Amino acid sequence: MFRNQYDTDITTYSPQGRLHQVEYAMEAVKQGSASVGVRSKTHVVLATLKRFASELSGDQKKLFAIDDHVVIAISGLTADARVLSRYMRTETQHHKFMYEEPMPVGRLVLQVADKCQISTQRASKRPFGVGLLVAGVDENGPHLYQTCPSGNYFEYLAMAIGARSQSAKTYLERTYTTLADADVEALVQAAVTALRETVASSKDTELSAKNTAIAIVGSDGAPVRILENAAVQPYIDALDSTPSAADDDDDDEDEADAPAATPAVAPDAPAAAPEGGSPAGGDAPAEEPPANGAADMQT
Amino acid sequence: MSGLRLTEGSRGPGASVAVEGAPLTRTQVPYVTGSSVLGMKCADGVVIACDTMASYGSLARFKRLTRMHVASPNCILGVGGDYSDFQQLQTMVDAEMTAQYVANDGLSLSPKAIHAFLARHMYHRRCKVDPLWNSVLVAGFHKGEGTLSLVDLYGTAYSSDVLATGFALHLGLPLLRNAHRPDITVAEAKVVMNDVLKVLFYRDARTNDVVQLATVTAAGVEVGDMVKLDTEWNHKAFVQGARAGDESSW
Repeated sequence: MFRNQYDTDITTYSPQGRLHQVEYAMEAVKQGSASVGVRSKTHVVLATLKRFASELSGDQKKLFAIDDHVVIAISGLTADARVLSRYMRTETQHHKFMYEEPMPVGRLVLQVADKCQISTQRASKRPFGVGLLVAGVDENGPHLYQTCPSGNYFEYLAMAIGARSQSAKTYLERTYTTLADADVEALVQAAVTALRETVASSKDTELSAKNTAIAIVGSDGAPVRILENAAVQPYIDALDSTPSAADDDDDDEDEADAPAATPAVAPDAPAAAPEGGSPAGGDAPAEEPPANGAADMQT
Repeated sequence: MSGLRLTEGSRGPGASVAVEGAPLTRTQVPYVTGSSVLGMKCADGVVIACDTMASYGSLARFKRLTRMHVASPNCILGVGGDYSDFQQLQTMVDAEMTAQYVANDGLSLSPKAIHAFLARHMYHRRCKVDPLWNSVLVAGFHKGEGTLSLVDLYGTAYSSDVLATGFALHLGLPLLRNAHRPDITVAEAKVVMNDVLKVLFYRDARTNDVVQLATVTAAGVEVGDMVKLDTEWNHKAFVQGARAGDESSW
């Protein structure tokens, strides 16, 4: 169970100079279902894959509107994400009250990252087990940020986090140059297509209007829009005409430039290769969380 | 004794000491005060103007003090009321601007945000019954547009094309309103300001004749030198005195 004797205490470095508990928290993000974010010159779009705890249950929330101009997608522990989203909502409201202007997205992300960092340096705390994709617009236009349990944060043109996000990242690395000038519809479609890559090799999951949620925020001044269910269907339908990169190859890193024109979703495709080296080394955690109570904590 | 403190206020000994049976009282009377500030929004920028005196009661205690504070490269404050509270306000605004700077992301506060920030603080202080005894004009130019707003010691905050504080609320504002046009230029407004300051010097006993003008335009804040007003005391009404032939405005 334990990897070594230095992983029970957050604030104790291993002789290799690593903080194992923080790295385990980073792994919790990878257990959550995938979230994808893409950015153009005018808009940011998030696309998320919702998990259902059971056939009878509703879905676990993946998107949280923080303010009119900021929305987050989460991968990891939902409960931890709710704490962070409430904090972000408080901070954006406070900024609006204090300055009568919407909060710059970078400032908000910085504060969240600082909050995450604190729990990596205090013995009495536990790092947040959740990663965020933060989409927002401010004076300088649209922004897409990722935050990590480690307290790191990065700005991206396109990014994916969560289970099998490497497939989506590979897709985005190939296509992101076309996104800068894309219109909103094309941007949403790109996000959904990237998200589809994360389930393309899965036997039992397929993107549908039921398990996909999309958030759109643009510098046109319109508040955050969240699309679910019927509103998502057109983008799911459009996927059928776009071949999946994973259809003809189970190795994400080694794909043909022109994907074969095979059916969009291949339910019988072989399982994807595990994601590239876990930072903690040793045995990488299972791609698919086991079907038990603990897995229900993650989305 | 305790009852008196509420209405008298006290900066003197025991100012912040709770008196038995009475609420804690702080600054409830201003001591060294500045008088009016004028402001006008123009087509190409904003002009604010004020004299340079700080009175101690009715005594002309300090002369050639600036009552303006450059808050940011595109925002300037003109402040009337208690001078020490103005200095406290300067410290507060500078601290906030420094906090913005050290975030090191190239972002800062717009004039509108500075006005909101001041309004929140002024209202907060008035809620503690410990107001900063000032009226603050906030003039700025941001994204091609001028802004002119006011905050007072109660936290009342509003914006207008022409604004005035102190004595000029009564004597200066009507003159500014008459002079204002949407297409008035900064250069024209400066002339208007000089005229209004002159009227204020004639009529407001807490004003001196050395004035200061500042403009905010697309080029940024420009604070003018202190200039002595060209005054004329040989007007008939001045010479003959009040009520002579009912020509005086008094």
